[in-house]
This record gives sequence, structure tokens and C-alpha cells, in this order.
Amino acid sequence: MARKIPEIPAASLADIAFMLLIFFLVTTTMDVDSGLERRLPPMPPPDQEDDDTPPIKERNVFVVLVNANNQLLVEGEVSRVEDLREKAKEFMANPYNEENLPEKEVKEIDFFGPVEVTKGVISLRNDVGTQYGTYIAVQNELVGAINDLREELAKQKFGKSYEKLDRDQQGAVRDIYPSRISEAEPKKVGGN
Amino acid sequence: MPPISTASLPDIVFMLLFFFMVSTTMREVNLMVKVGLPAATELSKLEKKSLVSYIYVGTPHNQYQRVFGSEPRIQLNDQFARVSDIQDYITSEREARDEAEVPFMITSLKVDEYTKMGIVTDIKQELRKASALHINYSSRKREDL
Repeated sequence: MARKIPEIPAASLADIAFMLLIFFLVTTTMDVDSGLERRLPPMPPPDQEDDDTPPIKERNVFVVLVNANNQLLVEGEVSRVEDLREKAKEFMANPYNEENLPEKEVKEIDFFGPVEVTKGVISLRNDVGTQYGTYIAVQNELVGAINDLREELAKQKFGKSYEKLDRDQQGAVRDIYPSRISEAEPKKVGGN
Repeated sequence: MPPISTASLPDIVFMLLFFFMVSTTMREVNLMVKVGLPAATELSKLEKKSLVSYIYVGTPHNQYQRVFGSEPRIQLNDQFARVSDIQDYITSEREARDEAEVPFMITSLKVDEYTKMGIVTDIKQELRKASALHINYSSRKREDL
């Protein structure tokens, strides 16, 4: 006595699928997270002596200070965020080998041969009361300065944008313009 | 003129449906703090979402202000946290991932523009102690320049 099983109507399938589709369309957020990528220095071991690193020469350091009123002091001069990029680029490149800008050191680098590589370090120190937005703007300009220099070098040497170079070429360009942005250790670390 | 066959309509819709289902990332945390990201130009994208742990910092939303005050607070997962909780958070995030993926993990700091640096510096120190050194200051794209 096999009873006839009635067929399931498939006409409403499309409607159901549409409903689900609309649900996912509405809930989807297609935002891509992006931001400034940085690497923190590793924590020094607690038993380490403070003064075993050789002092860095004054001409090799690009000092950027930001105070609690979000004002900038760049190499001893009051400055604006907009001018920071040019100054940092001039410091890192030192095109005319000036006395007060960083020293260079000849290094052997793939694709380029012996190149003069700067010994410059950018040092950034901020106040506890500095606004995060300002801090990011300053970081952005400093990272931007180095990115600009790399881009120019890549265009000049390979005739291509830095992004389009292969891994070894990028490494060579990175060796010539290393990203040396150091942040001062906070003087005192308090709890929250 | 013959009518257009709609028999393949469900298939098309299902295809779209699967696309959206796969590409959807459900926001797994409710933001309890206001985060207005700063703007920047030198952005890099966060490639692998599964390897990112988030730290939110900002002033609490109005309904939480009665309890938590109006000073910037840290949010980890779904609750307010203190600076000292960050190391535990990083450890638990690491344990949730495959061991081989741990070195590639990134911590994304979503910090409100108007927060003072004091709290951010404290967070950075904690991250250094936890050796979560690869960080990303989340920011939005600035159009000018």
C-alpha cells in the first residue's frame, strides 16, 4: 500500500533564497581594516645594564618631541606636522653630505654595489598628555618620509614603483633606507 | 515571443547567497567604547583577519558612563579591561590559534583620536612585555595630500 508522496513545491525556493540573500547583504560589512604597521622593540631583559650601548652621535639623531599641547619640536625648532616629512627626508637622504646631517657608511648591497648608507636614526618622544591623533599624524609623516625615499630610489634604479619590485629588490632598497624610527622609553610606567 | 525561463533563477540567487555568506565577517564584539579613528596616508592592510587581535580604547558609550566613567577605557573582547589584563588577553589569543601561526599574529590598536598618549604608552609597554611586537595602529584613509 505505497502511498503517493506529494512532491515538495520548489516554487518558493527562490523567495527563501532571496530572503537569506538580503539578510546577508545587509549584515555584511566589507570594510578592510588598515592602519599604520609598526614593530615595537623587544623588552630589554630586566637585569641589563643601562649604559652598554655606545652613545649615538648628535648629528645622527633626528629628534622629534611632541608636547601635551600637540606642538612639535623638531631638531630644536618649533615645527608643523606638514613640514615634518620634508625635514625627515632631507635628514635621511643627506644629499649634499652636510656636516650637521647624519654620517654615511659604505655598504655592499645587491643590485647597487657599494652604496653610502645613512647612519641616521629618528627619535620620537611624546608627552603623556599628547593626543593620539597627533601622535599618529607624526608617525604617519615619518613613515611616509621613508616610504617616499624608497619609492624615489626604486623609480630611479629599477624604473618601477617600490610595490612592484620583487622581494630581493625590495630588500635591497630597504637596506639603503632602513626604517629606523625609535621611540623613547617611557620614563615612568604607571598603572591604570 | 517565448517567455524567459526563470528556472535557473534559484541557482543564481544561491550562488550570490553563498558568495555573501563566505565573505561576510560578523562583527564578533559589540563596541562599548567610542572609537573615532585617526586619519593617515601610509596605510597597510591587515591581510589575515584570523590572525588579528583587537584592542579598543576610547570613552565608554553613554549607557556605560554611569558605571565606568567618561575617561578613555580599554575594551578587550566584550568587556572593559585594565592595562594589567592585556598580557592575559594576548596569552589567551595565542592559545586560541595554531602554534605555527603565532609568530604572524598582529595586534590591532583601535584607539580614539582624542585619547591621551599615556594610556596608549601603557598598552604598548604591556604588549612589549607579552612580546606581541607586531602592531597596527588602525586608521582610516586620508583623502588629501
